[in-house]
Amino acid sequence: MSTLLSDQKQTGKKRITNVKGPNASRLLEMGLLPGTSVEIIRSAPLGFPIEIKVRGYLLTLRKEEAQCVEIE
Amino acid sequence: MKNEPLTIALVGNPNTGKSTIFNALTGMKQKVGNYPGVTVEQKTGFMQVDGVKHKIIDLPGTYSLNHKKIDERIAYQTLIGEYEHEKTPDLAVLVLDATNLDRNLYLATQVMDLEMPMMVLLNMNDLAKERGISVDANSIQKRLGVPVLNVVAKDKADIQKVKQAIVEHDLSQPKPFSWNPKEPLSEAINLITNEWLKPHTDLPHRAYPIEALRLISNNQLTNGFHQHPEKEVAQKIISKAQARIERAGENPTAAEVMARYDFIEECTQNGSARQEEGETTSDKIDAVVTHKVAGPIIFVAILLLMFQSIFSWAEPFMDLIDLFFVYAGNFVAQTLPAGILNDLLVEGVIAGLAGVIIFLPQIMFLFFFISILEGTGYMARAAFVMDGFMTRIGLHGRSVVPLISGFACAIPGIMATRTIESWSDRLITIMVLPFMACSARLPVYALMISAFVPNESVIGFISLQGLTFFGLYIFGIVMAIAAAWVMKLFYSDGSSTPFMMELPSYKMPNWSAVFYNMFERGWIFVKEAGKIIMAISIVLWFLASYPKVEVPPEIANAPATTESSFNPEASVSSYKLKHSYAGQIGQLMEPAIEPLGFDWKIGIGLITSFAAREVMVGTLNTIYSVGDESGSVATLQEKLINDKDPETGKPIFSTLSAISLMVFFALAMQCMSTLAIVRRETNSWKWPIVMFTYMTALAYICSLAIYQGGLALGY
Repeated sequence: MSTLLSDQKQTGKKRITNVKGPNASRLLEMGLLPGTSVEIIRSAPLGFPIEIKVRGYLLTLRKEEAQCVEIE
Repeated sequence: MKNEPLTIALVGNPNTGKSTIFNALTGMKQKVGNYPGVTVEQKTGFMQVDGVKHKIIDLPGTYSLNHKKIDERIAYQTLIGEYEHEKTPDLAVLVLDATNLDRNLYLATQVMDLEMPMMVLLNMNDLAKERGISVDANSIQKRLGVPVLNVVAKDKADIQKVKQAIVEHDLSQPKPFSWNPKEPLSEAINLITNEWLKPHTDLPHRAYPIEALRLISNNQLTNGFHQHPEKEVAQKIISKAQARIERAGENPTAAEVMARYDFIEECTQNGSARQEEGETTSDKIDAVVTHKVAGPIIFVAILLLMFQSIFSWAEPFMDLIDLFFVYAGNFVAQTLPAGILNDLLVEGVIAGLAGVIIFLPQIMFLFFFISILEGTGYMARAAFVMDGFMTRIGLHGRSVVPLISGFACAIPGIMATRTIESWSDRLITIMVLPFMACSARLPVYALMISAFVPNESVIGFISLQGLTFFGLYIFGIVMAIAAAWVMKLFYSDGSSTPFMMELPSYKMPNWSAVFYNMFERGWIFVKEAGKIIMAISIVLWFLASYPKVEVPPEIANAPATTESSFNPEASVSSYKLKHSYAGQIGQLMEPAIEPLGFDWKIGIGLITSFAAREVMVGTLNTIYSVGDESGSVATLQEKLINDKDPETGKPIFSTLSAISLMVFFALAMQCMSTLAIVRRETNSWKWPIVMFTYMTALAYICSLAIYQGGLALGY
C-alpha cells in the first residue's frame, strides 16, 4: 500500500516508493529517491508546508511538492 | 604556472558557508553587481598570493547545474565559459557541507562531468564532528580524483591552507574521475552527443555529457533550443534516447539522478560514518520556534522587537543627517555668491544628497537584523511558519519580513526581497510593497487628519482621528493583498513555484559578515539608486525654481501675513512657486484632479512630493506662505481650513476632499527613491514604469470614486 507524502498525517520514518509529477526532477536531485528513507517531522500552521528529514538534512515541502512523493 | 593569475570559480549549495570562504579568501575586496539582464547578484573578488592577484567568482549557491532556474543557468554557463564577459575559470573550487555530504556531492558529480580542474573543500567539519559524523577527506579524494581539503571557514590557518592549495593545484592534470554512467544511460548519452550535440550545436565538448543528460531527464527544450531551427530533429533524437532507457526498464527522469546517488553512496560509505543521531540542539530549538501555535507568536514578537529597534536606533542618525545637511546648505548658501550656482548647489545638489543619505540608517539597521536572522538560520524557519498564511494571499513565506519593513520605508523592504528565491514571488512582493503605509506618509496623514477629521471620541479612548489613522494603515495592507492576488493571476510562471527549502542548522552569526552585508547594502543603495535620486532632485528643483519671475513690488514690499485669511499671490515665495514650471504644471493639472477634490495648490504638491511624500507638507507651507518657525503645522491647518475659492467663496477643502487626498497618498506611487531602487533590484526600467502607472492609476480611480461618491451622497 503506498500513500502520498502529502496525505501522511503522522510523524515518523517512511520509505519512498516513487517520485513522479511536475516537481519530480527537483525532488530527485534533492536526494529523495525511490528507496530513500524520510522522516516526517512536523507541519506548519495551516497544515502545509511540511518539514521532513532526508539524508541527514531538513527540507520543507509545500503540498504540491509533497504530492509528488509516494511512500510505503 | 604558479605565477599566472588564475580565474577561480567558487561553486556550492546554498548554506554551505561558501560566502564566508569567499569573504575570507578575498579579504572582502569584492565587487557586487547584477548579472547583465537578470536579477541574480554577481560577486567577484581578488585573492593575493605571493604577489599575484587571482580572480575569484562567487557563483550563486545552487543545488544543481540543471539550469531550470536562472541562477543555475548562470553557474553552469560560467563554468563552461559560455557566459558573456566572463573568462572560462581555470579552476572550480567546490564548497561542500560536511554535515550533509550526500546532497552536496550531487552538485560535485555534475561539476566532475565538465572535466575541468577541480578542488573540494569540506566545510563545517566542526559541526559534523559535534553531530558524530566523521568525514575522511582522503578516501573521498581517492574516489573523486581531485584534491579534497578539510576546512573550517572561520579558521585563518585553514584559509591560508586553501590559498596555497589553489595556487599549487596542478592544472595540467585536469580530469577528475567520473561517476561512470552505465548502460543504458551511457548509451543514451552517446546517442544524443553523436546525433545532436556534435553536429548541431557549438557547445564546448566538455559540456556534452551534462547537456545530454539534461535533455534526457528534463524532457524539455529549454532556452536556446526553443529557437533552434532544427528543434524537431532534436526532439526526435531525445525521444529515441529516452525510449532506450525505458526499454531497459528504467525511468528517464530518474535514471541519471539515481546513478549519481549510487556513486555518491559508494563515496560516502567509506568516506563518512554517520551515527544514528539523537535530538540535536537545532531540533530542540525548532520544536519551539516552528511550533504550530508558538511559532507565529515568536515570529511576530521578533518582528516587533526588530522594528522597534530600527525605529528608535535610526531616528537619532536621521536627525543628525538632517541637521548636517541643513548646516551644509546654510554654509554653502552664505559662502558662495548668490546666483544660479548657489541655488543649484543648495536646493538641488545638497537637498538631493540629503534625500539619498537620509535612508541609510534604516537600510543599514534593517540589514543588520536580516543578516543576523539569515546567518543564524532563523529566516528559513520564519518562512516555513508563515508560508501557509502567505500562499493564501498569493505570496511567499519569505515575503513577510520585506512587507513589514515597508511600514518603515519601502526602500529597505524592496532591497530585503532578495531573500525570496522565486522570481515571480519576489517581483509580486516588490510590486505591492509600496502600499504599506511608510513613515513618509505620516506627516501628510497627520496634517490632513488633524485639520479635517473631528477630534471626537468614538468608543471610550478611541477617537475618530485615531481610527482614521488606523484605517489608512489597514487600507494599505488590504490593497497590497488584493494587488498581490490579482498579480498572481496575471503573472505566474505557469507551474506553482517550488518551495522546497532547506532548513539549515542553527549557527552563531558571523559578525564580520553581518557588518559587511550591512555596509554593502548601504553602499549599493547610495551608488545605484543615489544617482537616479540626485538627477530627479535636480529636475524637481529646476521645475520649482524656474522660470525666475519679477515679483510685483506691492507683494515684495508687503508685510508678511500671519493671519489665517490667505491669498496665494500675497507673498514672495508663494508668488514665485505659483509662476514656476511646477506651478504652471499644477495649474494645468487642475482640470484632471478637480474631480478628485484637489485644486492647483495640491497639484503642485503632488509634483514636488515626488521627491519624497513628506515634501507635500513643505510645499503647502510655501504656497500658503507659512514661515519655517515652529508651530507652523498648526498655522498651516488653519489656512487649509480657511482657504476659500475666490469665485464661489466656498471652502476649497472639506473632510471629503481630505479623505480623497489621503487615499490618493496611500495608493499613488509618489516616491522617486522607491522607483530608483526597483530599477536596481529588477535590473530593468520596465517594472518601475509598471509600478508607477498601476499605482497612480489605482490612486486616481479610488480617489475619484470616493470624492464623487461622497458628493453624490450629499457629504
